[in-house]
Amino acid sequence: MDNGLERLVFAFFNAEIAAAWAPKILEGMWVTILVSLAVVATGLALGLALAALRAYRIGPVDVAIVAFVDILRALPPLVVIIILFFAFPYLDLPMSAFTATWLSLSLVLAAFAEEIWWAGILAVPRGQWEAARSTGLGFGATLGYVVLPQAVRMTVPPLVNRVIAVTKGTALGSVVALSEIVSQASSAASLAGNPTPLTLGAAAYLAIFVPVVVLGRWLETRFAWKR
Amino acid sequence: MAEILDTFFNIEILLRVLPFILEGLGMTLLLCAITVPIGLAGGLAVAWVWSLKKRYVNWALVVYVDFFRAFPPLVLLIFVYFGLPFVGVDLSPFAAVAIAFLLNASSYYGEIFRAGIESVPHGQWEAARASGLSRFQTMRYVVLPQATRNVLPDLIGNTLEVVKLTTIASVVALGELLHAARLAQSLVYNPTPIVAAALIYLALLWPAVRLLRHFEHRHLVAR
Repeated sequence: MDNGLERLVFAFFNAEIAAAWAPKILEGMWVTILVSLAVVATGLALGLALAALRAYRIGPVDVAIVAFVDILRALPPLVVIIILFFAFPYLDLPMSAFTATWLSLSLVLAAFAEEIWWAGILAVPRGQWEAARSTGLGFGATLGYVVLPQAVRMTVPPLVNRVIAVTKGTALGSVVALSEIVSQASSAASLAGNPTPLTLGAAAYLAIFVPVVVLGRWLETRFAWKR
Repeated sequence: MAEILDTFFNIEILLRVLPFILEGLGMTLLLCAITVPIGLAGGLAVAWVWSLKKRYVNWALVVYVDFFRAFPPLVLLIFVYFGLPFVGVDLSPFAAVAIAFLLNASSYYGEIFRAGIESVPHGQWEAARASGLSRFQTMRYVVLPQATRNVLPDLIGNTLEVVKLTTIASVVALGELLHAARLAQSLVYNPTPIVAAALIYLALLWPAVRLLRHFEHRHLVAR
């Protein structure tokens, strides 16, 4: 038993190996944070733009947006990444691992965000539209200053959950050799012949995402749907 | 246009790799048939224990749920598959995937069932208990059926996510749909197999997305 515990500590919590490979993991952490922030920024912006566009109710545009959202909700994110990374070069559109991961996850987040925000826009009472329009605001101004602020506020909890889920997907970038936490940790583990770097990688993820999950729980109660 | 079709949807290549792709699809379906039930069962267990309202146990459950919600499933899978052999636990890819999905999916399903149980009015409990049902019977026959109905859209939504997540099994070389498609793509040097796999996922999951949209719409109308 004592032997077993020693073996466990030697394998997963090896201080010497941890010290040697920590810089690599930190490098990966930086890449993960960078991709995550980029994905959140572009994904949410694109999602908001699409939801606002849908409020104009232009037939063909609506159909296109719904098709886009349906496809990206149905496809596994890893499949989207692999198509962008492995299939687009055949069109002479080669992408770096960073671009492919960022673009794929942004599109996926945009699809979910559009859906959530559109639900929020629909949930704003009609009277709000009518009152704003009758005070002389144009359609765009009503949408931008009256409806969207309320819609965005209402949809914070589901949106937070989705943002967390999609940013966790940055780990999928390791499949196309993006040098984020997972690929740094697993290559370090095989080079060192010891899984301690994997423990470091896991710790790095917890360091990034536990605060985000806790913040999410707080935001959820702060902006909970009032019925 | 013809050139694009020739590259991305080459019928000749498709026919050649189809048996291989279908074998992958079979593995994906098998994976779903195993990961979804164990996730659901784990989640039910989490919600059930939570409903007993033992304070310290519930703190532990919150830690468990938050831990696995913060942990990317791919990291969990790599940890289980590549890490455990170092301490002498050798797992088949299939077993590793099953363990990783049990931990990950049970925390998500657990949260959903917990919300569902909370949504059932307390009077239901009291009435059922007063009529002589035991705690177990109350949960099983009175509370859970209502709770499940209340959170059905979330359950379907999470199941959709679990099915999509089975693609990460390709990382531990389990020959599911995506893995088969990537292997075929590298053999024929043409992206048609990947496109075919994407279309299969779309055909498989699009009905679920539609169904969810229907629920969401109904929810909005009901408000």
